[in-house]
Amino acid sequence: MSEAIYKSISPSDFFYRNREIAGFSNPSRAMYSAIRELVENSLDACEIRGVPPDIYIRIREVSETGSGTSIYALRVEDNGTGVPPEHIPRCFGQVLYGSKYILKQSRGTFGLGGTITILYGQITTHKPVRVTSSTGGDIHEYEMMIDIVHNKPIILSHRVRANRAGWRGTAVELYLEGDYSRSMYRIYEYLKQTAMVNPYAEITFIDPRGRLYRFERVTEEMPPPPRAVKPHPQGADVETYRRLIAITGEKTMRGFMTRHFQGVGPATAEKFLQEAGIDPGKNPKSLSPEELVKLVRAAREFNGFQRPDPSCLSPIGEHLLEMGIRKELGLTDDDFLKVVQRRPSTYLGYPFIVEAAIAYGKTIERRLGRGIKIYRFANRIPLLFDESSGVVWKVVHKIINWGTYKVSPDSPMVVVVHVCSTKIPYKTVGKEYMADQPEVEREITNALRSIARHLRLYISRRIRLAKERRRLSIFEKYLPKIAEFSAKLCDREKPPNIKPLLKAVSLEVSEAESPLREVPKLEEEA
Amino acid sequence: MRRRLKLAEKRRAAVELALKQLGKIICEQIENREFPWIMLQSRSTDNIVYDPELRQYVLGDRVIRRHSRNIRHIRPFTQLIWTAWFARELLKLRKTSTLREVYYSARGLRDIEFKSQDESDEIITDLETALNMPRESFNIYPEERSAIFGDLTIEYTVPGYEGKRLNLTEHPDGMMIGPALSTAEIVETSADKVLVIEKGAMFTRLIEEKAHKRFNAILIHTAGQAPRATRTLIKRLNEEHGLPVYLFTDGDPWGMHIAMVIISGSANAAHLRGLATPDAKWIGVWATDIIRYKLPTENLTDKDVKRLKELKRDPRYQGELWQREIDTFMEIGQKAELEAFSRYGLTYIVDRYLPDKLEEAGA
Repeated sequence: MSEAIYKSISPSDFFYRNREIAGFSNPSRAMYSAIRELVENSLDACEIRGVPPDIYIRIREVSETGSGTSIYALRVEDNGTGVPPEHIPRCFGQVLYGSKYILKQSRGTFGLGGTITILYGQITTHKPVRVTSSTGGDIHEYEMMIDIVHNKPIILSHRVRANRAGWRGTAVELYLEGDYSRSMYRIYEYLKQTAMVNPYAEITFIDPRGRLYRFERVTEEMPPPPRAVKPHPQGADVETYRRLIAITGEKTMRGFMTRHFQGVGPATAEKFLQEAGIDPGKNPKSLSPEELVKLVRAAREFNGFQRPDPSCLSPIGEHLLEMGIRKELGLTDDDFLKVVQRRPSTYLGYPFIVEAAIAYGKTIERRLGRGIKIYRFANRIPLLFDESSGVVWKVVHKIINWGTYKVSPDSPMVVVVHVCSTKIPYKTVGKEYMADQPEVEREITNALRSIARHLRLYISRRIRLAKERRRLSIFEKYLPKIAEFSAKLCDREKPPNIKPLLKAVSLEVSEAESPLREVPKLEEEA
Repeated sequence: MRRRLKLAEKRRAAVELALKQLGKIICEQIENREFPWIMLQSRSTDNIVYDPELRQYVLGDRVIRRHSRNIRHIRPFTQLIWTAWFARELLKLRKTSTLREVYYSARGLRDIEFKSQDESDEIITDLETALNMPRESFNIYPEERSAIFGDLTIEYTVPGYEGKRLNLTEHPDGMMIGPALSTAEIVETSADKVLVIEKGAMFTRLIEEKAHKRFNAILIHTAGQAPRATRTLIKRLNEEHGLPVYLFTDGDPWGMHIAMVIISGSANAAHLRGLATPDAKWIGVWATDIIRYKLPTENLTDKDVKRLKELKRDPRYQGELWQREIDTFMEIGQKAELEAFSRYGLTYIVDRYLPDKLEEAGA
């Protein structure tokens, strides 16, 4: 019988031992994850600063390892807020340190991604990371490594340079073992899809083979930044209520509900508490645990609350999403594209917004082939793995009957779904796909159905138009012959004029064509 | 001679005028900003009826409108106008053409080209229906040729031969019934009957045996189903020159029907008049002849039996003779070809059989 040994490990040590959960399970996957983590940090930094992002990514092959992989130098540079110099070592050299512990939507959640990438680079190459940053003043350049056991940065050098050009932003350069040829496709897909939902970003990528990829900015317009907000009464769990009761200065339940939750006025508070069977005048601090649970349950049942305040969320917006999709898919005016943004909703008390789009047409057939292609985004991050396990796949392939909308399985079609939330219902720690939370599933389904109804109109018009065009071309073919030979038949010199007849037919064509130029308006689904 | 030529010229001019009129109507429709259309009698099977008075099949009252506004009609419509133009050119140039040549003439003409000869044949039939004139009148003839032999003098009307006369005994193989002979005028004949034979071998045998002299007959070889030009000629000999017509075919349902088409016309040509010779008589080979003359036979096939059953119900076959012969065929289950008579020697048919049969028929 041996004695159990109890010992705590540092967060760095934990992620070092479990790096696969963060997406660093093998060299090709690690390459993709490294780029993704750094690019997302850069995009967030630019949005916090409120400037359209300029992201520069370069991968350089340094040497081969001999086992099929290579050592690469990866550099990601942005024009974001920059990191104050005193925070740089801990931000990049300590796991679970960062600026993201507030209640609003952002891409990463824990300030983990950047550091875990650096950690991975260090353990595969044993080379330091170089972070260069400026918040507008001097430029600070750190070379450092992570002390894995103690979760601390080890600074190797710190240089300060004058910032004559007024540069602001952050550049991270690190070495890592990876496999570019096997991750190439995913990296390209990731950048393309990122560009699709960030049409205001300019992304430049130079790959190890020296090829330049540019994803151009098509607008300076950015979605409004998210705000920190009070919790929604339906979105808060027992623990949240308990914490709020602990800090509240309110003396009545009525006042407590009104002050600490969004969208609750005195009248609503009164009505809700009565329905919950709790005295509105009761002191929150005297609530029994049973009453607390009752209160939370009643909140879930009560439908008198306003919808959750979406201002803590940052949806892309129909206009920007449309621009991004149009640009990255190269759609023409002839193709169908419709974007909808659903009204905010909640699942398990978390607010979320679904944005969805369907693109359909010849361009898609030419560039992507036939069949339904799905692009999934969560808080503006493309989800590239485990497509068939996710909720979007389920909605597209199991719930919606496309035949109703004249769409067949081999129609050239792209489905885009973006879910933004303060908490994305990821199914796994790896954050690869979203679970089929009933509320989320319903919102996605309704969004796609409402677009599909427009699509059905578009497709029927296309069919009608194609038919009319075919008709016109037939008349154009035969009428001149009829005129020619009937004239010859009765010894007339000139064939009769068929133009008025052709005009009558082409009028019908333009009638069929005209409604196509604008997307038909339909009653929205409730 | 001049009178006859003028007659042929008049007929030709009438056809040309009809074609020209068609072109004029179409042109006027287009000028009135109307999609051109024409009316046709429907040739669908439910509009083909037997007219007991005319003793032939005719089209019923239903008409259809072929409209160029209709996307399914515009192609055949265009082809019809082209074919009308082509026919007028034939008449102008005094040329003739076969059905197959019409099909080939449209080859390479974009948007008019026929997919097959069936399609061009159909369009020609449309034109016949629209103008109410047989295709021969606009110089389009079928490929099959039959032949004629006997003391009959004709006078050509075709270019280069105008006024030229010919006696049809001059060539011992018989003369082909082609466009020139079809349009020729009949000048005179010493014959008092017409004997129509289904098969070439028997036709040759009858010429060799001088049957035309022995029976004082004009011999006509149909080569299977009689072409329209041959049927027209038979009718003219019968109606214009008062010669009775006797039909001599194989003793089976198919031979019977060759005779019937000459007598009553076919469903395929129900849109045309002037092809049937209702007074022609079928004199053999009958089923009862097989028994009477103990002819060598073959068994009826399933196809033969099926055909006999169809004929039994056909309104044209309701006469006593036809019903009796159909029943007899069914009873004995046998059929006999014309060649079967060779069993009794080469001259038996002219010495015994034909005299018997012609006498029975009242000749």
